[in-house]
Amino acid sequence: MIGIDWYLALSAILFTIGIIGVLIRRNAIVIFMCVELMLNAVNLSLITFSAYHGDISGQILVFFSLSVAAAEAVVGLAIIIAIFRNNLSVDITKVNLLRW
Amino acid sequence: MDIYAFVLLAVLSIASALGMILNKNTINSALLLVVNMVSIAGIYLLLQAQFLALIQILVYAGAIMVLFLFVIMLLNVDEEESLLDAFRVKYMLAFLLGVIIFGQILYSLGGVTDMLPEISSDMLYVGTVEAVGEVLYTDFLYAFELTAILLTAAVVGALMVAQYKAKNSEGTE
Repeated sequence: MIGIDWYLALSAILFTIGIIGVLIRRNAIVIFMCVELMLNAVNLSLITFSAYHGDISGQILVFFSLSVAAAEAVVGLAIIIAIFRNNLSVDITKVNLLRW
Repeated sequence: MDIYAFVLLAVLSIASALGMILNKNTINSALLLVVNMVSIAGIYLLLQAQFLALIQILVYAGAIMVLFLFVIMLLNVDEEESLLDAFRVKYMLAFLLGVIIFGQILYSLGGVTDMLPEISSDMLYVGTVEAVGEVLYTDFLYAFELTAILLTAAVVGALMVAQYKAKNSEGTE
């Protein structure tokens, strides 16, 4: 097998790309997709540790994290639809009702 | 052989992730994210996690991304104007922060490699459907049932939030 560092480095790179995406984009849907990307990166590191320890618990945790991600995607997209209905835009710089 | 597959999949996933955050068109971003999910599923296969690779493609690349595409096409969002030409300081700050977080992750992962236990060859194959199912339905049964409640609550909540006139009194329209 390949060394564990390569998988962890890939996971870290993907997580960082997700963070940069969240910080530079203004489209709420793309920001949401970047959050999914970060979730995936963390799942990758969990599976890496699980495989290299020969322990199944990490993969079970990834299973639950997948179902939480599915629930989160449903609720988040519903919120985006509600925002779009009120603002006619998903640009987060125009959603400033609670900002002072 | 493993190393070639890993390099191919890793380059594919990083390139598609970069393309996702830099693409102006939202639909292209979503499709690049699908590519990213599929290549990560390939990396799961390299790690002997067959069940999760399958679930990754079914749930993420299948269900969740179809939901995303539905919402994108339903809302008909126009392309983001001025992705890279406005307010460059913000992008510099974002990039700097990303680099800092990347350094932190690498630093905290630095000492990980020495702590691995010796594993026998039969412990390498922990990710089959049989192994995952056996643990999932014995040790983690309550958590599994709680997942069902969570999904039900999420669907009901999403319906309430996205409903056209839930309690729309004389407010916005």
